[in-house]
Amino acid sequence: MSAGDANRDVDRSPVANANVCVVGAGPAGALVADRLAADHDVVVLDAGPRFDPADRLARQERAIRPSSDRPDVWDVGGERDAHANSGEWFYPLNHARVKGVGGSTLHWQGMVMRLHEDDFNSETERGVGPDWPIDYADLRPYYAEAEKELGVAGASDNPYAPPREEPHPMPAFEPSYSDSLFAEACEELGIDMHSVPNARNSEAYDDRSACVGYGTCQPVCPAGAKYDATVHVDRAEERGATVIDRAPVQRLEHDADRVTAAVYATPDGEEHRQTADAFVVACGGVETPRLLLLSESDRYPDGLANSSGTVGKFFMDHLFAGVGGTLDEPTRQNHVGFYTSACDQFYDEADESVGPFKLEFFNYAGPSPVEQALTGDDWGDDLLARLRDGYGTHVAMGGLVEQLPRADSYVGLDPDRTDDRGNPVPEIHWNVGDRALRTIERANEVQRAVLEALGAEIEWVAGPDATGPAYHHMGTTRMSADPDAGVVDADCRTHDLDNCWIASSSVFPTSGAMNPTLTIAALALRVADDVRERL
Amino acid sequence: MELTRRDAVAALAAVGATGGVAVAARRSSDGDGRDDAEGTVGEGDPDGEGDAIPDEATVRAAMTAIATVVYPSEVDGVEEFVDGFLDGRLDGSARATELRAAVGDLDEAAHSWYDAPVAELSEADRDGLLREVGADTADENPDGTLAERVRYHVVNELLLALYASPTGGELVGLENPQGHPGGTESYRRGPR
Ligand SMILES: Cc1cc2nc3c(=O)[nH]c(=O)nc-3n(C[C@H](O)[C@H](O)[C@H](O)COP(=O)(O)OP(=O)(O)OC[C@H]3O[C@@H](n4cnc5c(N)ncnc54)[C@H](O)[C@@H]3O)c2cc1C
Ligand code: SF4
Repeated sequence: MSAGDANRDVDRSPVANANVCVVGAGPAGALVADRLAADHDVVVLDAGPRFDPADRLARQERAIRPSSDRPDVWDVGGERDAHANSGEWFYPLNHARVKGVGGSTLHWQGMVMRLHEDDFNSETERGVGPDWPIDYADLRPYYAEAEKELGVAGASDNPYAPPREEPHPMPAFEPSYSDSLFAEACEELGIDMHSVPNARNSEAYDDRSACVGYGTCQPVCPAGAKYDATVHVDRAEERGATVIDRAPVQRLEHDADRVTAAVYATPDGEEHRQTADAFVVACGGVETPRLLLLSESDRYPDGLANSSGTVGKFFMDHLFAGVGGTLDEPTRQNHVGFYTSACDQFYDEADESVGPFKLEFFNYAGPSPVEQALTGDDWGDDLLARLRDGYGTHVAMGGLVEQLPRADSYVGLDPDRTDDRGNPVPEIHWNVGDRALRTIERANEVQRAVLEALGAEIEWVAGPDATGPAYHHMGTTRMSADPDAGVVDADCRTHDLDNCWIASSSVFPTSGAMNPTLTIAALALRVADDVRERL
Repeated sequence: MELTRRDAVAALAAVGATGGVAVAARRSSDGDGRDDAEGTVGEGDPDGEGDAIPDEATVRAAMTAIATVVYPSEVDGVEEFVDGFLDGRLDGSARATELRAAVGDLDEAAHSWYDAPVAELSEADRDGLLREVGADTADENPDGTLAERVRYHVVNELLLALYASPTGGELVGLENPQGHPGGTESYRRGPR
């Protein structure tokens, strides 16, 4: 049974007299809906299906089996998700998102850090990229709330983290055995290791189970111990919100200064109009600008909310830097699917020529034996010998580096190809720039030094030539106090339309090097406050 | 190393009974075609074989016989383990039917080449049979060619059950393998 067929009889008609229409049921949309649902009539429209929680083990099997690709795990792909690539850098978009109730957090890894103070003031502090129109201090209380909402396990042992007012809601996961090996090498080099915040339960939290160690966090946690946005979608519904799945919004109807309706399609081929007093667009960093571009009109010929001409521009992602190898002793990898130690020591050394970067100590270096067992032309004793040979002594470090916003990195519409509904598909034109590549080199330098101090034989380096995106889509509807320089204002409300907000990493003017979702969540909670105030 | 029914239960806890989402190898076709793959979905009976779906006893006997080939010689208790695992997997779902059909086709090949069902072949012949149908070099595919289906529903089904279970993991030195909810202690423990 495919997820889509489960609910053919569902009523997908619009909600009368809705106050708020949220487009997108990922964490951004779900948090906004949850916050507003108790006091307002909220309707959430999502392009993808509701996935049956009972299918998660079967999805886990897809994650392990070689016959399924990663996008298959959550049914991504096909005409619905068609896209084009035109930049210097290939972007594997369908590995980088999930469409459906819960959004991309169904697939995500769940690492949740706050941005650093300097990330909000890149131009002033580092001499590159624009400053945000808000500061860390503006977001600080929302970060704390976001940590409670998502359920973050963390500790206050990180001397490089920005100031915080209270402990994390759950204790951090204890360091791994391999962390203890790294610790010796780091100590020798004067490098600090510390815990890392996980949106994953180190103990039971919010009626959700503690982590039980399935080890397949990315792309699916069968236990529900890893946060995903179905948590807030469910809660929003309990509070009275209406959630309509398989309802891709085709365009936003509008007059000069207000959105009047979200026109959405349903599986039966019909189109419906959802009206509301306020609209919150939360479709992720690629589909959000696409929807605005698809909503062009005589009044807004270059796309809705695009008087500044920046819709879709400045597409950014974080880039991966890593080094891996083997030791001549056991390293005990692949028991769990997340990491427990990190290093932010070098983050704030960033300047014009080298960006911020963070370092991660992997608990899942080297092959997973069960996955290895399913490929190859051997079995029996030969297979076991191969698995034993392949498993046991791997170590690796990863890291993310900042990419600056660039005019030649953008999301547009491909005029030559349409999706299953006849709409032009998104065209990803991704370019990363030399500063990001230099930052990868710098991260590799540190990683290499640590692995050498550990006595590892280095087997691979993900450097500037072998890097890839972290699947964080940012920058495409940037925030600016100046209506000529950005799509949304400091409250994430569009400059052009009074009743339209954007909750997404698409509003980030610069990206920092921290995974974005805690910041997305904090901004979403702030959007909810602003919407409530203005309704 | 002794496999037990508890291992079978653990293996089922890892991969679940079959039901649930359709397992057809759904391939994503991305915008630029780079992710495209063959992934043709069969019309139920791609080879024109497999008319007869074997009964459950035949399936169990054949699966156990194959398990003794694809499992390492140092594991004992294979029959009990496979039986326990199949208790959960042969659940009447469409996928269980596909599994049974794949076993039926393999049994048919055994009859025509060796004049006996899989379960009655010597270990060497069982190994030879799997290689002759091409299950050693085929990529698994739940609805592909005979080789691909045998790889998916028979060989990899059994290997997945073993190596996602704690005992199978331990053979490799990993008592909490991927797919097994083995808690959050083991990643912290050093080698024993
Ligand atoms: C493999 C992977 C690992 C990741 N790991 C991390 C991590 O460790 N830490 C971290 O911070 N982030 C991580 N991320 C990123 C994280 O998942 C995203 O930042 C986050 O999900 C974004 O939330 P969102 O609500 O803005 O968008 P999404 O979660 O992408 O949700 C958008 C929703 O909008 C819907 N939608 C789109 N278009 C329309 C339309 N026209 N009409 C109606 N609905 C629409 C989609 O169906 C989707 O459900 C990872 C992502 C991936 C893919
Ligand atoms: S290791 Fe990952 S997949 Fe397993 S229970 Fe913990 S969070 Fe979920």
